[in-house]
Amino acid sequence: MNLEKVVFGFFIILAMTLNFGFVYGEVDNPEHHHVYELFAVIVVNLIATVLKFGERTQIGAIHLATSFVADLQLIASACVWGFAVYLSGEGLTAPVTASIISLALGALAANVLSVVLLVIETVLFHR
Amino acid sequence: MVVNSAIFLILRRMRLPLILLIASYAVSVLGMTLVPGADAQGRPAPPMDFFHAFYFVSYTATTIGFGELPGAFSEAQRAWATITIYLTVIVWLYSIGSILTLLQDPAIRRAIQVGRFVRAVRGLRQPFYLICGCGETGGLLMRALDSHNRQAVVLDIDPMRISELELGRFHLDTPALAADVRLPEHLIDAGLRRPWCAGIIALTNDDQANLSVAVTAKLLRPKLPVLCRADTPDTAANMASFGTEGIVNAFEVFAEHLAMALNNPGQHLLYEWLTGVPGDPLCEPLRPPRGKWVVCGYGRFGKAVVRHLKKEGIEVAVIEADPAKTGCDDCIHGRGTEAATLIHAGIREAVGIVAGTDDDINNLSIVMTARELKPELFMVTRQNREANTPLFKRFGAQMNMQPSVIVAHEFLARLTTPLLARFLDLARRQDEAWANPLISRIAAVSEETVPEVWDVEIGPEQSIAPWQVLNEGGHLAIQDLMRDPYDYQRGLACLPLLIQTGTGEGLLPEEDLPLTAGDRLLFCGTRGARRRQALALRNINVLTYLLTGRDAPGGWAWQRLAGARKSAG
Repeated sequence: MNLEKVVFGFFIILAMTLNFGFVYGEVDNPEHHHVYELFAVIVVNLIATVLKFGERTQIGAIHLATSFVADLQLIASACVWGFAVYLSGEGLTAPVTASIISLALGALAANVLSVVLLVIETVLFHR
Repeated sequence: MVVNSAIFLILRRMRLPLILLIASYAVSVLGMTLVPGADAQGRPAPPMDFFHAFYFVSYTATTIGFGELPGAFSEAQRAWATITIYLTVIVWLYSIGSILTLLQDPAIRRAIQVGRFVRAVRGLRQPFYLICGCGETGGLLMRALDSHNRQAVVLDIDPMRISELELGRFHLDTPALAADVRLPEHLIDAGLRRPWCAGIIALTNDDQANLSVAVTAKLLRPKLPVLCRADTPDTAANMASFGTEGIVNAFEVFAEHLAMALNNPGQHLLYEWLTGVPGDPLCEPLRPPRGKWVVCGYGRFGKAVVRHLKKEGIEVAVIEADPAKTGCDDCIHGRGTEAATLIHAGIREAVGIVAGTDDDINNLSIVMTARELKPELFMVTRQNREANTPLFKRFGAQMNMQPSVIVAHEFLARLTTPLLARFLDLARRQDEAWANPLISRIAAVSEETVPEVWDVEIGPEQSIAPWQVLNEGGHLAIQDLMRDPYDYQRGLACLPLLIQTGTGEGLLPEEDLPLTAGDRLLFCGTRGARRRQALALRNINVLTYLLTGRDAPGGWAWQRLAGARKSAG
């Protein structure tokens, strides 16, 4: 067993599960989505991205790309949140919440893809 | 993959600092959102939200430090801020430190260099020659190629030579890399597989490395011309066995020339003129005397000289310091630097001496001693190191042999004018009576300087105009290409040396010989003549003027108009 692989898999799967936990609930109801969860998703996603740096294989490149997509979507989601609450003063209305969650849902899709790649890589790994 | 390897290496090594950075930020921001704050009156207030926490940590971690924003902190927040400062600032410093260390790392620097080199080679959009080994010979060849406006790519095992190359003044930017040419991947990086690679030249001072370059090139690019330097006949035979075209053994070439100069001075002169540097003054004919010769040193050079001299039927006495090692049976034992040995070898009866050891100072000492004994001797020296040029120049032997110069000249001639090598081969079979009139014709044409020698191929690529004329059923003779485009009645200062047609080849073709498409010609003449000839070769209107003496109308409308006027008049 390779500790590096364990840590790698751990962060990728954690990113997906946290992301799922955050978006789970009614899409336009702010009560169902906690800010700490979004924070945790972003941090874990960033760490997962860094872990994917420096892979020279084709599958490694796709891994990195999915992570970048997830980061982008999550940071956009956090920005929308911050903008609505602090800058425009609109607050977490239903449309704002819906757009925050839909961005995070996009990130979830990327994270799921990342896990699928992880599984494929493991299956292809014959030794 | 090589191009990106520097980036990959950096990313891989940056993993730990980046993860530490993300983690320290996360901990600090999270803490700030949990620790209760205080309002303006000092009463407990809810903790910071994420936005303000991230703002605070960002300006604290980067040591900008705006202070307690948005309002005064509670004691608990101050305690956590202290922790935040130490945590994030240290991690920041560590990250920046690792980036700086990374840029200094030899592996990274090497990866960056290789990446830059590979990109430069890929960016080349003109034929280039791959030169392996950039010592004295390689340097000379590079300079010559550069002055002919030919692109080169250089590999050498010694990083010092590569950095010296960067200081050299060249017209073209030459990609160069310090790498071992024995590894095929380095040759591939240097563009061996690129379609623009026009030839590979192995010039290292290691026969084994040259051999491995030849093998690699023959396997990866079987049709690519390979030129190799070979210092021993064994290596040369080995290279020839798998079809390497150009193998140059400097010692053999020189010994052959010495024999040629003895036997057929006119031919030797012809060779010297046609392979010299264009623009230099023409050298005088050498007339080495026939009679007894003394050869000092029976190494690779000495053996070649003795063999060629004996073939010409000349009596040779050999002096060698180590007869057992060099396999010399009837040698006189000694170095030749002392008068006694030279006298013993019969210097008093001799007409010429060859100082051919592998030590420059010994060679000079030999010829200086010999000059004391018999000043009228014909002296031939072997110069091993470029650095000793002033000494050999000052001594002024009748012939000086510099392996690096000989190899560089041979290669240059083969690269820039492939027909020239063929011409010289054919010329070697001719006699003095053939060579002497040619020499005076060349001297007349080239205005007492070394002439330029160039190939012309009647084809759609190099010379489209004659090709068009011939394809349209026109008649074209060699003399039509030898007229001045500024005045068609004047001739150009050039001379056709060789013609290769589909059916055969001819030395010194007659000037009224008709040309056919696909013919290849070798000319020699002045630089100006070459330039003016090129005008006629590329421009059909100029060529038509040369053929008819009239400026032909260029475009379709003008041609129609001219036709109408002719029929009217």
